[in-house]
Amino acid sequence: MNMYVLLKRTFDTEEKISISGGRIQEDGAEFIINPYDEYAVEEAIQLRDQHGGEVTVITVGSDESEKQLRTALAMGADKAVLINSEEDLDDGDQYTTAKILTEYLKDKEVDLILAGNVAIDGGSGQVGPRVAEGLGIPYVTTITDIEVNGSDVSVTRDVEGDSEKIKTSLPLLVTCQQGLNEPRYPSLPGIMKAKKKPLEELELDDLDLEEDDVASKTKTIDMYMPPEKAAGRVLEGDLSDQVKELATLLRSEAKVI
Amino acid sequence: MSKKVLVLGETRAGQLRNVSFEAVAAGKTAAQGGEVIGVLIGDAVSSLAEEMIQHGADRVLTVEDEKLGQYTSDGFAQALMAVIEQEQPDGILFGHTALGKDLSPKIAAKLNTGLISDATAINEENGEIVFTRPIYSGKAFEKVVVEDGLLFATVRPNNIEPLQKDETRSGDVSSVSASIKDLRTIIQDVVRKSTDGVDLSEAKVIIAGGRGVKSEEGFQPLKELADVLGGAVGASRGACDADYCDYSLQIGQTGKVVTPDLYIACGISGAIQHLAGMSNSKVIVAINKDPEADIFKVADYGIVGDLFEVIPMLTEEFKKVKAGSL
Repeated sequence: MNMYVLLKRTFDTEEKISISGGRIQEDGAEFIINPYDEYAVEEAIQLRDQHGGEVTVITVGSDESEKQLRTALAMGADKAVLINSEEDLDDGDQYTTAKILTEYLKDKEVDLILAGNVAIDGGSGQVGPRVAEGLGIPYVTTITDIEVNGSDVSVTRDVEGDSEKIKTSLPLLVTCQQGLNEPRYPSLPGIMKAKKKPLEELELDDLDLEEDDVASKTKTIDMYMPPEKAAGRVLEGDLSDQVKELATLLRSEAKVI
Repeated sequence: MSKKVLVLGETRAGQLRNVSFEAVAAGKTAAQGGEVIGVLIGDAVSSLAEEMIQHGADRVLTVEDEKLGQYTSDGFAQALMAVIEQEQPDGILFGHTALGKDLSPKIAAKLNTGLISDATAINEENGEIVFTRPIYSGKAFEKVVVEDGLLFATVRPNNIEPLQKDETRSGDVSSVSASIKDLRTIIQDVVRKSTDGVDLSEAKVIIAGGRGVKSEEGFQPLKELADVLGGAVGASRGACDADYCDYSLQIGQTGKVVTPDLYIACGISGAIQHLAGMSNSKVIVAINKDPEADIFKVADYGIVGDLFEVIPMLTEEFKKVKAGSL
């Protein structure tokens, strides 16, 4: 099975965010593979070990994304592709990223594409379905289970807590939800091997794309931090009095019940 | 610059979801004095059209087909594209629900347009429509505009005030025909886990448990409190990782981002990744044994104590309050 995993480099979930000059400050921040994309990498590796084939991880980003691609290779992916858009593009949106990925994938032999269901930074969850539509293949989002049998695929999908059992077929794109698997940590031999695995670097030119072809359709005009919450009140006294006071406060002061 | 805006009405168990009325209200702002057209897609949905109009839609278009009884991206996309071709709208709005998240990028890709996902506010600023949306799971916010083409967005439940229902409003309801075919994904079965029917993303009250809940059974008092308040139960990553509950309940940067009116955090320490998922709730109550827990820093009200002692007392107290308010 020929599999591609769409991967994004994101801030570590433990990082605090700060904004300067209308942009997120990246200096000194730790970066990781978007956690939902990690499920995609893990699932692709497991499916390859079960059915054979090859796993290629692919990202649109800058030189710095190489680290996350190497991590995916160390987990067990076979090849990596970095589409470096840094020099060509100032700002892109989901349209931009999906267009670039679609252009790269359109002449590849694709059986299964796996992606995270959402990235924890931008949080739009658009790129997977957009790429599937661009390639003319079906997709299933937020999956928690997948079984492949020949070209038949059974998928379980999380829908706001309910589970949908879906039948579909390859070629297919899926986006991964928590609960799908437990991503492995790269082993030391894995990390050594990853250094020698192929990592191809491309620019928009190599995909015959001009800047205008992928120009974003939306524009961020401002970024700001939510207002800091004033310190709350920790209640005091007998526990039973505290409970009564809380119920009264929620009713008459906060007016939420 | 009045515009024509389509708003997709979404149903759950045969009823329109609140988020659809919120999307209609957003549609009013987006239309800038123009027309808001409700769109209903399903096997039998035309009876809901009137309610959409009463909540602010000027008219409603329905697409009905037996193949649309259950949501599939192919089926609903074919139905919606038939409406879009007929109406040539300037804007489209969905709720940012499982359906909205699944369908909107497909439509945006078909139309070659941008899409602003998960908006929590929509405003007109100097004649331009500006959407506000959380980034980094609510650790920060951005304001986004459409640069080119269709105004297309999904709105997060519980954030935009719906319009007052007006039963005297009337409007045209007509059907659009679409040929629904070649569905490439087939739903074979749906297993319902959320038994009480209150979904986390739309819940007005959430009772969330963390590691302090200690076990699967430990969630029982939280469920009882949620029942009394008509709320839903959520969890921190700690509780999910420890297998006390299903991952579908997880709130945080990985997991769901929620903004209920009332969030009661029980035995949750308040890791930054959890705070990202709930700190924009309107009122936060923290119950924790550890007075130094970070959760108290974002809480409006806190009780330092054992949740297994406090929660049942709260449940009794709220029962009394509720009974008194009738």
